[in-house]
Amino acid sequence: MNWILLLEQTLNGFQFGILLFLLAAGLTLIFGIMDLINLAHGSLYMMGAYFAATFTEWTDSFLLGALLALPACMLFGVILERIALKTLYTRSHLDQVLATFGLILFFNEFVRLIWGPIGLDIPLPELLSGSVELFFGIRYPAFRLVIIAVGILVAFLLYLLVSKTRIGMLIRAGASNRQMVSALGVNINLLYTIVFGLGAALAGLAGMMAAPIMTVEIGMGEGILIITFVVIVIGGVGSIKGAFVAALIVGFIDTVGRSFLPDILGLFVSNDVADTAAPAISSMLIYILMALILAIKPQGLFPPKGT
Amino acid sequence: MNLSPRIFIITVLMICLGAVPLIADGIDEPFYTVLFSRMLILSIGAVSLNLILGFGGMVSFGHAVYLGIGSYVVGIGTFHAVEDGVDWMANGFIHMAIAVAVSALAGLIIGAISLRTRGVYFIMITLAFAQMFYFVAVGNEKYGGDDGLSLYMRSDFAGLIDLSIDNSLYYLNFAFLLLSLYLCHRLTNSRFGMTLRGTKSNEQRMESIGFPVFRYRLVAFVIAGAICGLAGVLSANQTDFVSPAVMHWTRSGDLIIMVVLGGLGTLFGPVIGAVAFLLLEEFLSGITEYWQLFFGPMLVLVVIFARGGIDGMLVGLDRWWQNYFLKKKAEEN
Repeated sequence: MNWILLLEQTLNGFQFGILLFLLAAGLTLIFGIMDLINLAHGSLYMMGAYFAATFTEWTDSFLLGALLALPACMLFGVILERIALKTLYTRSHLDQVLATFGLILFFNEFVRLIWGPIGLDIPLPELLSGSVELFFGIRYPAFRLVIIAVGILVAFLLYLLVSKTRIGMLIRAGASNRQMVSALGVNINLLYTIVFGLGAALAGLAGMMAAPIMTVEIGMGEGILIITFVVIVIGGVGSIKGAFVAALIVGFIDTVGRSFLPDILGLFVSNDVADTAAPAISSMLIYILMALILAIKPQGLFPPKGT
Repeated sequence: MNLSPRIFIITVLMICLGAVPLIADGIDEPFYTVLFSRMLILSIGAVSLNLILGFGGMVSFGHAVYLGIGSYVVGIGTFHAVEDGVDWMANGFIHMAIAVAVSALAGLIIGAISLRTRGVYFIMITLAFAQMFYFVAVGNEKYGGDDGLSLYMRSDFAGLIDLSIDNSLYYLNFAFLLLSLYLCHRLTNSRFGMTLRGTKSNEQRMESIGFPVFRYRLVAFVIAGAICGLAGVLSANQTDFVSPAVMHWTRSGDLIIMVVLGGLGTLFGPVIGAVAFLLLEEFLSGITEYWQLFFGPMLVLVVIFARGGIDGMLVGLDRWWQNYFLKKKAEEN
């Protein structure tokens, strides 16, 4: 077993988990509060990356680009909610799936029209493009560390927002009983818009942080969206804590599984078999995990209270 | 007794579908046979999805998995038949039997796990399982992995029917569509079907009457999977190509669109939906390269405004027609 590789992959898994959390937090809030299943959440992630790419090109700085892209994403989300999604809240889940599926088709084509079919690359600033020495001479890319740091910071801020502020109190109240909140005179439509904007900003943030390490391309949000669903299902729909725990578990298992499964399988079967079977099995790991957890707890690890 | 416009339109549609190869040959455009052949295959898939989505109320977002399973049975079978000379692996009857068996088994496993959950969990889980099968196909280097597998021959039905002729394949597809419609009709009007429809409208009530809801749903899930697996066999023969893209999650979305567009929980709705979907795709992509720019918002509008799908509009037409006749009769009297 290669310990340095294991450490590196653990960090990679952690970083992937953080990205998943940023997506899952918004999605689980939107579902928990508005009872809306939003397939187009992956499109918000994609838009975040494209906005960041464009603004980076204009300002010649990734940091400025990201700072500009964040409010742009939030605005984009708010407009989307006001125009298209508002009418879907009272509809069945099937209607929501179909309509937001239609939005995905639209946004993919829209991006192709505006930015062209070829993927974009975002150059990293000098400061972040190198690697830093952690300890014992182990080096790790600086930008990935930044992703982890930003993610933890956002998770902490989100925790403060949801559990310590008035808005957070309304969000929690909305998640457990919507009718009651609106009956008490809270402007529920405004709350919905705020939550959706917040979710859009988080998804966009994930997109712009993923942009420099993966290519910015059409449909980039779809694969990660489905993994985010797995995260939400494991964590329990509507629970931010569940989303955080599940995102880290899924990120870790997916990343570490991919790089170590051939070795682990090699212990039991011949190397040839291990090499051919490993890619298929490693991509199944998180789904197997999900199936196992659902078999034990059909509501996920942290089911929301009051339902 | 007046013939209702809805039944008239559906009958004409089915007759037209039956006559497509003749018309296409007549105007010397064999391309249309291939296009409508695809419609027939996707219709079978949509009919099977409608069984659980429309009649059972289970929003499965992973139905393309079975298309993929059926396709890969043909792909892997003919691959070994051509490469290793294993003759029986090219046999179409065996392809169909194995595709149905494997799809049913996959349906049993996916259903047994995902039917434990409700609502949005169910949607996400079926989607996740579909994605899992997709990645298994992508990771399977021996059978082409991401790039897919070209078929060097079509399923061999021992001289009974020659699938290398497109028209024969068309009529095979048509026969299977009629068969699946008949099966769906019998099933939904049987005691089993009534129970299934009952679980859709009120699960608790069915449970308290004493019906084991879970088992009924699971059986429906397995049957739908098996039928769709058969559609997969036909689909591989149609395209001469198998790749993970057959079971990409957007394909599952397309199937749902066809069912809803045509009319949820109606017998012919899925067929109408599949035909309308592919015609629309053909028409819009002929106008502009960015056809999905229009197709996406159209979908949103259909969801928001046209709730019963095309079949629902036909029902509306029927009502108008009836009123029209009643009025005429009243005037005559």
